[in-house]
Amino acid sequence: MTPHETGRRAFVRDGALLLAFSLLAPTARAAFNAMGLPQVVDATLPGSLKSTPWLDAWIRIAADGAITVCSGKVELGTGVRTAMIQIAAEQLEVAPGAITFIAGDTGVTPNEGYTAGSHTIADSGTALLHAAGQVAGLLKLGAATRWRIAPDAVTLRDGRALADGRSMHYGEAVASLGGAGLHRMAGHDAPAKAPAAYRLIGQPLARVDIPAKVTGGASYVQDMRPAGMVHARVLRPPRRGALLAATDTAAIARLPGVLKVVRDGNYLAVIADDEWRAIEAMRALAAVTRWQGGDVLPDPATLHQHLLALPRQDIPIRDSGTVQAASPRQLNARFTKPFILHGSIGPSCALGVLENGVLTVWTHTQGVFPLRQALAELVGMDPAQVRCIHTEGSGCYGQNGADDVAADAALLARALPGRPVRVQLMRDQENLWEPYGPAMVTEVTASVDAAGKIDSWEYGVFSGSHNERPGNAGKLVPAWLLAHPIAPSPSQPMAQPEGGGDRNGIPLYTLPNARVVNHFMPHYPLRTSAMRSLGAHLNVLSIEHTMDGLARLARIDPVQFRLNHLDDPRAAAVVRLAAARFGWPGQPKRRHHGAGFAFAQYKNLMGYVAIAVELAVQPDTGAVDILRVVAAADCGQIVNPDGVRNQLEGAIVQSASWTLYEQLQFDQGGVKSTDWTSYPILRFSSLPRRVEVHLIDQPGAPFLGVAEAAQGPMAGALANALFAATGTPQRELPLAGHKLRA
Amino acid sequence: MSPPPRSARRLLHKRLLLAAGGVALAAAAALFWPHSAIAPLYPATPAAAADPATLARGARVVALGDCMVCHTAANGQPYAGGLPLQTPFGTIYSTNITPDRATGIGAWSPAAFERAMRHGVARDGHLLYPAFPYIHYTRMSDADIHAAYAYLQTRAPVAAPAPVNDLIPPLGWRPLLAVWNLLFLRPGNRIADAAQTTPALRGQYLVDSMGHCASCHSGLNLLGGERSPAFGGGHIDGWDAPALTGLSALPVPWTQAELVDYLHGGLSPAHGAAKGPMQPVTAHLAEVPVDEVRAIVAHLNTLQTSGALAASAPPAQRQAPTPPAASAAAQALRQRGATLFEGACASCHGASAPLNAINGRPGLDRSRALTDASPHNFLRTVHDGVARASAPAAIYMPPFAEVLSDADIAALAAYARADLAGLPAWDGGAVVRASAAMRTAN
Amino acid sequence: MTTPSTSVNVNGRAQQLKSAPASPLLYALRNELHLNGAKFGCGMGQCGACTVIVDGKAVYACLTPVAAMAGRQVRTIESLGSAQQPGPLQAAFIKHQAAQCGYCIAGMIMRAQALLEKIPHPDEAQIRAHMEANLCRCGTHMRIFAAIGEVARAGLPAAARGAA
Repeated sequence: MTPHETGRRAFVRDGALLLAFSLLAPTARAAFNAMGLPQVVDATLPGSLKSTPWLDAWIRIAADGAITVCSGKVELGTGVRTAMIQIAAEQLEVAPGAITFIAGDTGVTPNEGYTAGSHTIADSGTALLHAAGQVAGLLKLGAATRWRIAPDAVTLRDGRALADGRSMHYGEAVASLGGAGLHRMAGHDAPAKAPAAYRLIGQPLARVDIPAKVTGGASYVQDMRPAGMVHARVLRPPRRGALLAATDTAAIARLPGVLKVVRDGNYLAVIADDEWRAIEAMRALAAVTRWQGGDVLPDPATLHQHLLALPRQDIPIRDSGTVQAASPRQLNARFTKPFILHGSIGPSCALGVLENGVLTVWTHTQGVFPLRQALAELVGMDPAQVRCIHTEGSGCYGQNGADDVAADAALLARALPGRPVRVQLMRDQENLWEPYGPAMVTEVTASVDAAGKIDSWEYGVFSGSHNERPGNAGKLVPAWLLAHPIAPSPSQPMAQPEGGGDRNGIPLYTLPNARVVNHFMPHYPLRTSAMRSLGAHLNVLSIEHTMDGLARLARIDPVQFRLNHLDDPRAAAVVRLAAARFGWPGQPKRRHHGAGFAFAQYKNLMGYVAIAVELAVQPDTGAVDILRVVAAADCGQIVNPDGVRNQLEGAIVQSASWTLYEQLQFDQGGVKSTDWTSYPILRFSSLPRRVEVHLIDQPGAPFLGVAEAAQGPMAGALANALFAATGTPQRELPLAGHKLRA
Repeated sequence: MSPPPRSARRLLHKRLLLAAGGVALAAAAALFWPHSAIAPLYPATPAAAADPATLARGARVVALGDCMVCHTAANGQPYAGGLPLQTPFGTIYSTNITPDRATGIGAWSPAAFERAMRHGVARDGHLLYPAFPYIHYTRMSDADIHAAYAYLQTRAPVAAPAPVNDLIPPLGWRPLLAVWNLLFLRPGNRIADAAQTTPALRGQYLVDSMGHCASCHSGLNLLGGERSPAFGGGHIDGWDAPALTGLSALPVPWTQAELVDYLHGGLSPAHGAAKGPMQPVTAHLAEVPVDEVRAIVAHLNTLQTSGALAASAPPAQRQAPTPPAASAAAQALRQRGATLFEGACASCHGASAPLNAINGRPGLDRSRALTDASPHNFLRTVHDGVARASAPAAIYMPPFAEVLSDADIAALAAYARADLAGLPAWDGGAVVRASAAMRTAN
Repeated sequence: MTTPSTSVNVNGRAQQLKSAPASPLLYALRNELHLNGAKFGCGMGQCGACTVIVDGKAVYACLTPVAAMAGRQVRTIESLGSAQQPGPLQAAFIKHQAAQCGYCIAGMIMRAQALLEKIPHPDEAQIRAHMEANLCRCGTHMRIFAAIGEVARAGLPAAARGAA
């Protein structure tokens, strides 16, 4: 079978499925992609209390007063575990160390869907703020009931309720509540504690997980060593669509230490008693295995033309006033971004065991509940008999191979019941099979009037899917390889105001005449899914580079030009702060040097970030030396300012790497970015020399997500600084290298 | 007649010596007479003087001539000099050829630049060391030299004086270079543009002038001149620069197409990646039109003493080599090498490793470093690895000098020679000694 | 048949490693000695997550066969200190909160330790060049740099230097 035929077969198969799905009602279709997500119970409650209103789902107090706090949002390396402990400890009036914190366990914690989209503090943090606040009120009530005084007369401190010299610990207070104790629905009262009284929220508490991580403490799923654990390695095909032509599993099964060789259609794996033996068995299996065929990829030289010709849905997301066909002060541009790799530093890993009819999988997935649904479907079990327990992996920045390897762990645990099976993907397997950040195109036509105001804005973003997360088992790579494969449910666009490829596609600027269209391609040549900030990275770069171009046409300073179009005072405040701290416009112009500015509010809803960058270009090599980055951010009430800074600094460096250097290597025969050499990312030699982050705190204001808020502004600032340094428009990512040579 | 008295003989010898000394002095005076300085340019030549076509030609010339490679220090500014060049005569530091007036060539007129390129004389008249290959650049056309000058004047000026050279005395005495030039410099001697009517003739011009390939690939004689006949192999920066004259008779012969891949892309799918000093050379050749590289290869083909190179060959099929018979001791050494290979090398170089299975890199049996009669480049590669590069090809190999002992490296060598390449072993003791010597030399 | 073993000194203690001679040291450290610090990141010596110190030099444990380690001194991050009593670099990393996901950090610290044992007060350029071998995907570089820089200015006290 030729690769071309395989591709056609895939299309026919997917097409038939598409037809079947399209006959379903939209809500039913959406339901497939939303399997495992929580249902809204009371939309009037704040944060994730909407879907998990029971107070004791969040806060449990044992008879002896021990406090356990549960959350459905997990620690991905962002520091939220510590921040959420701060929130709960603040309201419960205890030291952070008094709290046992459990996150992301389908057997124990609330279902908060995915830890993604910068929603954690806004959704889970808000839920905890309110839940813990109400629990605090109930503790006072319980003590007051016992002591026959007014609840106002009770104070909480360090795990004890106090009044007039009397005291009891929290366990006693709960017992004194009577009735259902803490098992009650959350009310609509605001948290009692005023921000001025905060002693933990707003403090740069040291992260609770860092000491173990710098001293070799067990911190990751990779560090788990339950008794009887065995080691597995999978053998993935060399490219998607390739079929297993020949193998010799019997020979591999005879190798020392090999406990089982699993073959199911095109799915191959080895399980051994020792990790190195598993690797050797995998290598030996690869040596006796032949594959044939596989999907033919587009020519990388014409990738974006290819993408623009794909079938698509055209979804208008903004339509106000009338856009102009032509104008004397008009510019138009097209921007492109290649496929990029999440590139988690540690390839994905999971541990699974099937014991007494229960499948337990330890996984660094972002969504234990949706994953549980998918795994249950995959292995044909009742979801009630499947438990997914989040255990940290390395940073994922979106959907990486975590869900796929969890599926491997489930399949292999089933193949060897009673033994915990640890599956570790190899570097090339993570790189070749993870869902990439999609390649994208944006097009803009915009103009300013004689007074320097934008009078027309027309924008289109072209992208594949930014969400291929499981709920549906067909989203998992192992499911595609089985003898009876499970096809993925059709890809769907993500609705505004969150958006997918169109995230941040609508500028925050005041635009009386604006038309923005989201062009969604459900079928892409490579598997793609969410990567930190989704479409915002390219959209903000495109918008901000265009704003600079319009500012030049209007002969207005680019920072002032933005301020002239921003109505939101908080947006204006971050712009002004970044500009002031940078000393905008910075040094007088020097050859090959440039300064650039960019701003965005993430999703036009979440954190505000403005960034100014100063850089120098080395014309003989195309190297970029980032001299200075000055950022200002407003994310509402700050829970842990150091955590916010850490995330912003990290996002700034990561976005610099994506924007300047990164590009997935592939040819028509498949993906070639098998390792770091074939997918280089920023190293210490390219690090910015100075990064400053200035925060604007908003005590008492709602928490705004900030983890992804700098990806777009950093990209925009870099593009604008590079234009200043070279005089050349910056429209094709990645921006550095050969293109910058002069 | 009776023999002259002893004192008379001594007097005669003295007079003969004095006469010879006088002649030598006269000759030396003629040679050693300082070259005149060429006046610096006032005011500085405006960079805008050159047209885009000249600048494009200059960029190509500078890439072909590898100027940036020698005239840039590690982590230094391009063309600002300061790179130490290890020669058998000591360490020479490259000079600053950015247009900085004080420390670079910003005050050099085109005539001064040409004199440096053709005669090895700096603007102020002092002689340059032939580590700067002016004996090759002298063969460049006027247009190419002028274009290089124009291009270099558009680079970013950097204030950076070259560090002081560290040569074995008395080699630091520059006038000795006049003698050297007398022996080895043939000024001019170029092939005219109009005479480059075939790719091979164009290639000869490129190789003999800008490419200065013989500087490394011919080796040096005792006087520091290039050995003749050319391209018999040399030694540079701790690497063997292999002979280029018997490429069709090697255990793994080269075809013309493979040489073009290697030179233009830094990587041949049939032989492997460019390493050591060839890495920057191929990185710069990647920037020039491929027809120039084809011309270089066409000329190389005329130098072959073992038969012309095939134009191309189908991709080599990987086959299990037949290891030569071996004593028990040799087999034990190879077995240890196999063990070490599995843990240290197989993740990249194993048959089913992604680098091979997905990225199409050749097996080690195709590498000249492994199949060459000398183990030197194999050892150098294992010791130092291959520097990280992303263009033109994605290349990297970590270094193993700290991880593997000389005995372990010898075991790897034994395994690789026999079991990967099917070739007779290198002398084991020599391998261990050479590996040890590499450590002390670093 | 007795299982072959390799004598290696790990973190100051003599160990008889039963791991296969061909096995990379990384797996012996993690699976036999249950040391979590050195991590699997690529298995190809490109990312440095597995960095340990062997006879004073920072090496990639993922490419170091156990067989090559006979008689040698291996140090992992566990030898520098504990959460209760962190060594100078560890304390600096905690102070600067120099970690996001933290997966690369043990390798970073070992690479930095090797540098500081060789060059007591490296300057910024030297630190950058030396740390080039290690990757961080989260973008924590600025804090890693600041933590190493702090210890570079102060210098490692004698007690914090391993026997070479």
